[in-house]
Amino acid sequence: MAAKSNLKNMVLCLFGTCLFCSAILGGVYALTKEPIDQTNAKILQDAIGQVLLRNADNSGIKEGTEILTDVQTVVVADKTYEYFTQVADGQPVAYAIKSTVTGFGGPLTLMVGISVDRKLILNTSVLSHSETPGLGAKCTSDEKFMSQWKGLDLSKTKLEVQKPNKDGIDAITASTITSKAYTLAVSNALAAFDQINNVEQEVENE
Amino acid sequence: MSKFGLVTKGLVKDNPTFVLLLGMCPTLATTTSAMNGLSMGLATLFVLVLSNMAISALAPAVPDKVHIPVYIVVIATFVTVLQFLMQAFVPDIYATLGLFIPLIVVNCIVLGRAEAFANKNSVFDSALDGLGVGLGFTCSLTVLGAVREILGSLSVFGWKIPGTGDGMLAFVMAPGAFLCLGYLMVLFNKFLAKK
Repeated sequence: MAAKSNLKNMVLCLFGTCLFCSAILGGVYALTKEPIDQTNAKILQDAIGQVLLRNADNSGIKEGTEILTDVQTVVVADKTYEYFTQVADGQPVAYAIKSTVTGFGGPLTLMVGISVDRKLILNTSVLSHSETPGLGAKCTSDEKFMSQWKGLDLSKTKLEVQKPNKDGIDAITASTITSKAYTLAVSNALAAFDQINNVEQEVENE
Repeated sequence: MSKFGLVTKGLVKDNPTFVLLLGMCPTLATTTSAMNGLSMGLATLFVLVLSNMAISALAPAVPDKVHIPVYIVVIATFVTVLQFLMQAFVPDIYATLGLFIPLIVVNCIVLGRAEAFANKNSVFDSALDGLGVGLGFTCSLTVLGAVREILGSLSVFGWKIPGTGDGMLAFVMAPGAFLCLGYLMVLFNKFLAKK
């Protein structure tokens, strides 16, 4: 039966178990680190590709353009935004901006693609979220909600959750908070976009 | 008890969800769809079988006074291993269940089986016991998830029933979980009592 509960046995047993378990965890961590990093990088790359200018037949990013691999950052109201630039002949044509807000269940992180003339939201893509499955989580699957972000014309549509058939954003049924957070994330991305433009103009003026 | 009986006991007579009412937190929270229920069940099954085997092998060397911390460390190790593996190879499922995977550590089914069975029985029997209870848990969660998915969003395993609109949202949310669980429990126990 069980070993005697004296101090020596208890210390040895706890120490041994912890040592052994740490060793296993260290091993598994080392083994899975690469696949995890690859998976995360792939999710990010896919999201960036999705939200920038694409070929008409949706077969990939627009021909003649490339996405700069370097992450750039911009600071708006003490929040740092990471962004990626799509360029054609060295001139930026679109930006993919990573924007995080607090949703219903926790952080909601989007990738938002904005054309360089600031007229269109090209597309949005959810990087990570912790919304309620079956409700807010529909922001990654609800066709009606997702499609309205694709090529959204900023001169015609207000970035505001409104009743259907007005000039705003239609919320996901029963997930108003998530929809509002989503819309806020896009607005924030726009603010970051303005900041990017400001910085570039300043550089040009100097 | 026969080896086969060890497995079926967890499925029916000692079903963790409908009879023993163990592990209610993940049961209620993750069963918004059949697929989520199934994934959560399988994740728990994986931890149950491995932790049962490890604990049954360790038990003779563990002093009584520190057995709970030792078991929890062992269980937590397997859960973390599972978490790494899911993150690396099934990122979609990990994204949906993310929060509830670490909570398997404190799922009372796992520690319950360690205390009630694994520390008194052989490694092989403990593995079978873990398999049985794990399968029982998986089946219950899948059934509960399927019922909630059909009522709540009118789809089965993510396949939308054609020609239907929105389901009854209440069943996707927490109150629906309690209602469904209650009725399923009644049905299950009625069926058991008849036997």
